[in-house]
Amino acid sequence: MDTPVIDINKLCTSIQGKKLHEGLSLNVYRGEILGLVGASGSGKSILLRTILGLNRYDSGSIRIFGIDHRDQKSALSLRHRWGVLFQSGALFSSLSVGDNIRVPMREIGHISETLMRDLTLLKLKIVGLPEDTEAKFPAELSGGMIKRAALARALAIDAELLFLDEPTSGLDPISARRFDLLIKDLQRNLNFTVMMVTHDLDSLFTVCDRVAVLVDQKLVIGTATSLQKHPHPWIREYFQGRRASTLKREVEK
Amino acid sequence: MPTAPTVTVSQLKEDLTLCLAGEWRTFCLPEIKHKLSTLKLPQESKVVIDLSSVDFLDTASAYLLKKFLKKLKRLKISYKIKEGSPTIMATFHMVNEFTPSPEPRTEQTSRFSLIFLLNFLGKMALDPLKTFLEALSFLGEVTIGIIKILIHPRRLRFITLVDLIHKVGASALPIVGLISFLIGVVLVYQGADQLRRFGAEIFTINLLAVSALRELGILLTAIVVAGRSGSAYTAQLGFMKLNQEIDALHVLGIDPIEVLVVPRILALLIVLPLLTFFADIMALIGGGIATYFLIGVGPDDFAKHLLLSIGKWTFWTGIIKAPVFAFFIGLVACFEGLRVSGGAESVGKHTTQSVVEGIFLVIIFDAAFSILFSVLGI
Repeated sequence: MDTPVIDINKLCTSIQGKKLHEGLSLNVYRGEILGLVGASGSGKSILLRTILGLNRYDSGSIRIFGIDHRDQKSALSLRHRWGVLFQSGALFSSLSVGDNIRVPMREIGHISETLMRDLTLLKLKIVGLPEDTEAKFPAELSGGMIKRAALARALAIDAELLFLDEPTSGLDPISARRFDLLIKDLQRNLNFTVMMVTHDLDSLFTVCDRVAVLVDQKLVIGTATSLQKHPHPWIREYFQGRRASTLKREVEK
Repeated sequence: MPTAPTVTVSQLKEDLTLCLAGEWRTFCLPEIKHKLSTLKLPQESKVVIDLSSVDFLDTASAYLLKKFLKKLKRLKISYKIKEGSPTIMATFHMVNEFTPSPEPRTEQTSRFSLIFLLNFLGKMALDPLKTFLEALSFLGEVTIGIIKILIHPRRLRFITLVDLIHKVGASALPIVGLISFLIGVVLVYQGADQLRRFGAEIFTINLLAVSALRELGILLTAIVVAGRSGSAYTAQLGFMKLNQEIDALHVLGIDPIEVLVVPRILALLIVLPLLTFFADIMALIGGGIATYFLIGVGPDDFAKHLLLSIGKWTFWTGIIKAPVFAFFIGLVACFEGLRVSGGAESVGKHTTQSVVEGIFLVIIFDAAFSILFSVLGI
């Protein structure tokens, strides 16, 4: 197997003296969609932030495309190879949606204004937003539209690695399902790697190739189906809740 | 290492073959654009476009390819596509499906059309009027809020009030003190210089006492407080508004005016007179030290002359203005804070407005007080 896109080795992180990750290891391979699950407050978001280089860690190593982002010089090149969708969108509020999507394009440079505009409209259409959204400001959008616009920004330069923080939270089930399929389709066509934090069991079962569960400061990795039989009580409850609910639905029918 | 995108042209019998190869990535867009646009193809010929050796095609380069095909159509060059790997074709078809329609970009109303001008004029006239009415209504709400608190003092958030007094008052002491001290020194230096020509250096003390106590003490303090605490009020309330905290209060049946605005304004009402008193004293100390070094008047003589130079009302005319200034600084700051909407930019805009309007009002009211005092003869 080739070198993993994300290679985390024995990571330890603590926030204000509280240990969040202890000896956590994870490999994510090219072209894979990995779901990250965990109880609220277990440190999923901190893990994501640490991978993105927004948080310090105590020991261990994180390599993305084989680059350690504590190495300032090469870390900058990483920024052009990944796209991030933050939980609340994190669109720049003083820029229009179009300008937001053009920010990453401008960063890589050399793309003419007209081409950037055309590409912006293309990305908007791909994520399912009407063309006139381009001129709107983030404050004028609904929650679902912000998510989509933020996804368009994350996809702007067809990055090789995509981080999604709860991409479907706050969307209605139909939109959430479309969102999942969209990511799956794009991923299949463009063969990028996705790491997503999610609580949407549908996403975990339909989109994710593997699922990593953050329990007891470590990751338990498997597929959504194999984890149903995992001995850890939290994991079992998490994955069997769905079974129970689907069973219940079937009985009611 | 990714392989660079290439386009090679080869002739096979009558058909031209364009063989595309390599990785077509967003990074190489300019290169791709250049390669595609410099291709020279004879008109009305037949071309086969071979995608089978393309290793990677992303949406941006697929879009360029699509545009290139359109151009071929325009030049009446017929083309056939030799398909590549399924993922590449899927990307290509997806881009094909989502390519923005070439409909005309929405035309903006000309900036100089008559309608635009009239519209603009109307907006410029009506918007300030609307804001003024809103401010007036806010003034009413706040007044009622304060009266309610005065009737039921138990409803006052006492701990919040004390905390606010600490923030806007106690922590402002160093800066207010330093500024006033220095202004006292400056007044004496400038005054002594001018009055020396008439041999009336001792009247520097009159100059110091009257200008510091009546005007400068209160004015500088009010301006510092408007810049320091007014902006803080606006930014804080603005963020709370954006974060829907104000809505949360409404839903809980709690009046935001009562819990947020009234304590803030009360804190300023209490603190500003005290800060002004402190500023007055610091200005006199600064001036006193400067007189000692410049004119050689000792502390005893300074105090004696100071008492002679001020009237019954000199000190109070300064202090009496403080609550009025405090009220309007607080009112404007809270009003602007609650008007924040949209995003971070709005917070910045309203904070600026809050400080500018606060200082503006302070100076307007100061002028009004001057007229009032001169009419009253004090």
